[in-house]
Amino acid sequence: MWKGSVDYLTYDLLQLEGHLGNAINFFIYDTLKIWFLLITIIFVVSYLRTHFNTEYVRAHLQGKSQLYGNVLAALFGIITPFCSCSAIPLFLGFIQARIPIGVTFSFLISSPMNNEIAIALLFGLFGWEVTAIYIGFGLLVSIAGGFVIGRLKMEKYVLMDVKPMDGELEEVKIKLSMKERIKEAYVYTRDIFKEIYLYVVLGVGIGAIIHGYVPADFIAKYAGAENPFAVLVAVIMGIPMYSNAAGVMPLVEVLTGKGMLLGTALSFMMAVTALSLPEAMILKKILHIKLIGTFFGIVGLGIIAIGYLFNLIL
Amino acid sequence: MKIEVLGTGCPKCIALEATVKQAIASSGKFVQLEKVDDIMKIMEYQVLSTPGLVIDGKVVSTGKALSLNEVMAFMDKA
Repeated sequence: MWKGSVDYLTYDLLQLEGHLGNAINFFIYDTLKIWFLLITIIFVVSYLRTHFNTEYVRAHLQGKSQLYGNVLAALFGIITPFCSCSAIPLFLGFIQARIPIGVTFSFLISSPMNNEIAIALLFGLFGWEVTAIYIGFGLLVSIAGGFVIGRLKMEKYVLMDVKPMDGELEEVKIKLSMKERIKEAYVYTRDIFKEIYLYVVLGVGIGAIIHGYVPADFIAKYAGAENPFAVLVAVIMGIPMYSNAAGVMPLVEVLTGKGMLLGTALSFMMAVTALSLPEAMILKKILHIKLIGTFFGIVGLGIIAIGYLFNLIL
Repeated sequence: MKIEVLGTGCPKCIALEATVKQAIASSGKFVQLEKVDDIMKIMEYQVLSTPGLVIDGKVVSTGKALSLNEVMAFMDKA
């Protein structure tokens, strides 16, 4: 339905054809589609999330065994919000509840990686199969990464002394009516959308130019099968891009259409969301650089392995 | 009445503090306002997602930059 009206607008109404017509058609269609999906998915997730705040997650992770805790923490990471500015209270709060740091890291990896913006973009750009692969392997990296960090006995690298509390946690209960939850989801969706809609336009816009003008062999040569280091380079490039995920992902979609391998694209997107430089800077206040380095190293290796694996089998 | 805003300096915490000040001014009530930025003290309230809003020792909201009306509603309820 949408495709038809956008086709009508560009080819019939505006009488555009050739490269320019294709680029503009692609730009309008993709921007509208992604905006629509972003609004829908962010609204649904933020409504669900009014039931699962971080305090709730902590109360439910308390006293769980090592591996089970990692799995649960990674799953909670899908639904709970994450803002790097709240990483410190979260980290210390988990220690306070005697949750092992490996489990905390599972949550810390999963939460930004499986955030609703990334999921909405993936779904809109690549379809549900790639989204499912992304979430599945994202969970795997979070669980395995947290598990390994837990095994390394790095508790001594937490620089702040937190006194573990005795006994069970009492959950901070905040009662909300359904109307309040819907309103909260609406406000949240509106705020997020205001923050990122321009990045989407920008990303899709540059994507449209590439789509219409840059020849496929150019991209295949640098990001495709011909370059064995593509995955590695993609992961390193992804680290400083967290805040721009909304602008970066439309570009990646265009690049895969032009010959970039899917594994490379997956690695890149995971690096964008899971490894964030601002988060590392914030965590540096309470964690020794060795622990942060280990965290980035393990997650980075996991993501790179996934990229190569996919490029091999697909 | 005593209101505490828990926050370590994130943008949302600063926004909430400003809103609370505004709410106190327009309510005309006598309120003691305290900004709690010591992370250890914040933890004592069991709050993990900042900003937190505490009225008379009770946590009423976490992780949200509330609107003026919402803050006023919490103050009326307390």
